[in-house]
Amino acid sequence: MAATSTGIHHRSYASELALRHTSAEKFRLVLVVLAVLAIPFVVSPYWLTIANQIGIAVIGAVGLNILVGYTGQISLGHGGFLAVGAYSSAILHVRGDLPIPLSVLLATLTTAVIGAFFGIPALRLKGLYLAIATLASQEIILFAVRNWEAVTGGRDAISVPRMELGGFVFRQDFHWYWVILPIAVLAVISARNLFRTGLGRSFMAVRDHDIAASAMGVDVTRTKVLAFAVSSGFAGLAGALTAHYTGIVTWERFTLEESILYLAIIIVGGLGSISGTVYGAIFMITLPALITRVGQDMQGTLPGIAEKLPAVQVVVFGLVIVLFLIFEPRGLARIWQRLKDYVRFWPFRY
Amino acid sequence: MSDFLQMTLFGLSNGAILALAALGFVLIYKATRVINFAQGHFLLVGAYAFYAAIVVLGLHWSLAVLVGVAFAATLGVLVERFVLRPMIGEEAIAVIMVTIGLSSVLGGGVQLFFGTTPRETPQFLPSGALTMAGATMPWSRVAAIGIAAAVLVTFSIFFTRTRHGIAMRAVADDQQAALTMGISVRRVFALAWALAAVTAVIGGILLADLSGVSAGLAGFGLIVFPVVILGGLDSVPGTIVGGIIIGLLVQYTAGYVGGGLEQVVPFIVLILILMVRPYGLFGQTRIERV
Repeated sequence: MAATSTGIHHRSYASELALRHTSAEKFRLVLVVLAVLAIPFVVSPYWLTIANQIGIAVIGAVGLNILVGYTGQISLGHGGFLAVGAYSSAILHVRGDLPIPLSVLLATLTTAVIGAFFGIPALRLKGLYLAIATLASQEIILFAVRNWEAVTGGRDAISVPRMELGGFVFRQDFHWYWVILPIAVLAVISARNLFRTGLGRSFMAVRDHDIAASAMGVDVTRTKVLAFAVSSGFAGLAGALTAHYTGIVTWERFTLEESILYLAIIIVGGLGSISGTVYGAIFMITLPALITRVGQDMQGTLPGIAEKLPAVQVVVFGLVIVLFLIFEPRGLARIWQRLKDYVRFWPFRY
Repeated sequence: MSDFLQMTLFGLSNGAILALAALGFVLIYKATRVINFAQGHFLLVGAYAFYAAIVVLGLHWSLAVLVGVAFAATLGVLVERFVLRPMIGEEAIAVIMVTIGLSSVLGGGVQLFFGTTPRETPQFLPSGALTMAGATMPWSRVAAIGIAAAVLVTFSIFFTRTRHGIAMRAVADDQQAALTMGISVRRVFALAWALAAVTAVIGGILLADLSGVSAGLAGFGLIVFPVVILGGLDSVPGTIVGGIIIGLLVQYTAGYVGGGLEQVVPFIVLILILMVRPYGLFGQTRIERV
């Protein structure tokens, strides 16, 4: 393989199949791996908690991007699917006494099945109408969680004991980092590779033009239901991890705001971009934490700011969404691409 | 029987306010094809603007209503110009998310200025209650129905009898044809957002009088979806019928079934309608099917 100014020329099938082609890409990958491995040893416990939250958000957001960014089906019900994952895993572990890896796996599958069911309206509806239908599924799932007391415990929270594997108790964020990181990496890599398979390609075909897709032999019905299943499977995994990581499951964590947060992550990161999803998760989870930090530091000069912080977070959250959509609808992934191009072509503009 | 009467009155008054909120929603959808997820937050902002005018500035309630309406109209025009106009021609998801972001900004802004504790507004609707067949019916609710009905009738006349109303209908029908007839589509878009904000403000003021102002008012924005889908996304009479049906349904479910089921019934109706008759009772059957 040779990367020249005329493009990347492959000399073997293996090099064509690789996810990274140029030496610059490989170098950046090494830097990222080193940084990710160094994080738990360098940062304070506060930021390690944030890092773990980012890891979980990456898993859920990758799932949502598969549905919204790659298949073109809008979902406002992702928070509901996270709830299904969290509750299934917690209940299977606490009441069913299943070991955690098994309960997480089963929760992922359960959420995939439930997601496929709530994807049925997508077979008849598009765009705006689908968004409203998934909004209704979000409300219906949360209603079921709040009121099906025999199973979910109703409005009371379920407390989940600390994860224990082979006698080792995962007590600190430091331990959890090494659980969440590999799963998040696995989720990102499998999503990235999904779009090199026939199924992933059919997702994109349905997004780009459903009638053309069906003319080419893509089963649109099957594809849409599968997209909902795969997407909510990721959401279920993220929800299950949240349950065991935080040690508590309550319906209040999975309201419509959660669905909106995940949509914001993929919009800010870049629709239809897996790496963008990661940038988006980092950005949207770090931002409120940063605001809190800055606010606490300013407590001395501006007394009374602490109680205003939640409101400031909400306003900034909304502003970020609006400004990104107006000025860079393709998100951080596109900004990063432009930055790389700028460096590559310097001193020329293009 | 008395319970039934009371529930009907509460359902009708809630339905009337829902119809007002839904009217704004339909105005925006008809003219600009935008689904406005911030409609409930317009209601919230309107109620707080009214509250601020009456309590903070100390105005008489009639002046406060004018302040609220003027504030809402300005807000609507600004939002259209600076947030929605750059989004023309973007994908559905982008337009939806921009209104969601907007709702977050509005909700957070209200929280920033007024905090999260619910406020009591001075009552201006007639107090006291009418006792009929054993049911107590607060006059304020009856008055709310009357005001909402008057506003809805005014808007119907506006659409059929005035130049601007007819221009709005023309734009809703065919933008290019409207442009060739010399109608300024931009002005109509701005007008649609301003009017939508004004209807929301009236709804917000009525709600504020009935139940005080709090951040919970924005939750009304979610029940607007079942109303508009039931009535038809682009139908003005549909909002009235839809609002009343959903308002009554919620009250009857709360009264006869209970168990919090009333929170979810509107959404079950919403899904059923979408599956069976996506264009609603009165909407145009132009919906794109898959």
